[in-house]
Amino acid sequence: MHELSIAASIVEAVTESASAYPGARVKQVRLRVGALASVVEDSLQFCWELATEGSPLAGAALVINKLPVIVHCDACGVDMEIEGVQSFRCPRCGEPAADLRQGRELEIEAIEIEEPEPKESAIAAANQVEERI
Amino acid sequence: MITRIVELRRGILKKNDELAAGLRNRFTSAGVLVLNLVSSPGTGKTALLELTLRELRRRGAHAAALVGDLETDNDARRLAASGAPVRQINTHGICHLDAEMVSKHLESWEGVSLADLDYLFIENVGNLVCPSSYDLGERIRVALLSVTEGEDKPLKYPGLFNSADAAVITKIDLAVPCTFDRELALKNINEIRPGIRIFETSAKTGAGMEAWLAYLAEQAQRS
Repeated sequence: MHELSIAASIVEAVTESASAYPGARVKQVRLRVGALASVVEDSLQFCWELATEGSPLAGAALVINKLPVIVHCDACGVDMEIEGVQSFRCPRCGEPAADLRQGRELEIEAIEIEEPEPKESAIAAANQVEERI
Repeated sequence: MITRIVELRRGILKKNDELAAGLRNRFTSAGVLVLNLVSSPGTGKTALLELTLRELRRRGAHAAALVGDLETDNDARRLAASGAPVRQINTHGICHLDAEMVSKHLESWEGVSLADLDYLFIENVGNLVCPSSYDLGERIRVALLSVTEGEDKPLKYPGLFNSADAAVITKIDLAVPCTFDRELALKNINEIRPGIRIFETSAKTGAGMEAWLAYLAEQAQRS
């Protein structure tokens, strides 16, 4: 159950990155998670809700893009995607393939943010000034 | 309102990874071989470590251990009987060790200096899932499974076994009463991590310890 720790790390990283866009609201967080990353999707979604509750990230959707395992086969000299995570062999020649090229990823790919239109905000600011006058 | 996509492309555990990379540099420059021992609860990490620490000490090597557990310092007390410096890390509910915990416990470890050590063992919290995501700066990650757990453990926990540099099958003195299928276990480990070094030990009888200690010495020479 380290998904709560993972969710807390995502909150920290996204909050830090989103601070460069003042006034913006984070609508979606997109992750890349390898098949060997030892992360359970349902559990992470559950923990994401817990971790964001009452924070500026509350309501932001977590989109998990799962990545299959890719190994490099020395015999064939190519990178091959393997099915599942039960046998690390080249699907073409059947030789054991220990050289992992994809499958451990645990990263934030991108965030989708919603910002106020610059024009609108400028007009709003001007209106506020007028009102004060 | 305008919507836009901001590319981040950053590791979720970036902070841990950076801290671990810093630790790894420190370990390398101090010339200490660091191993991270990972298994389910009850596999016998502590028993293997007790014997390993005792044997290394007898051979004149300087070894120390950091021991992770949710609660209690029972393991640290058991290991300290070997005469080696041992420090307990209590995670209080957290299911894995992370680089920060290791770093903090090293900083405040009185009387222990990395430069004086040949080996540092980090015994992780008993768990075959969560520790696999957290780099501790170790050079060798060791996955352990005991004959009492079943031959298919590597297939059930591929994330951990695939990330290991060495595997140890423990409690081999119990192989016969447990009708442990050795060939199948070796095959399963190799399916998940082709070519990995595998050791078969018994902390009770001392079987397999020579090969394990020879491997440690060989790896330490490369540190």
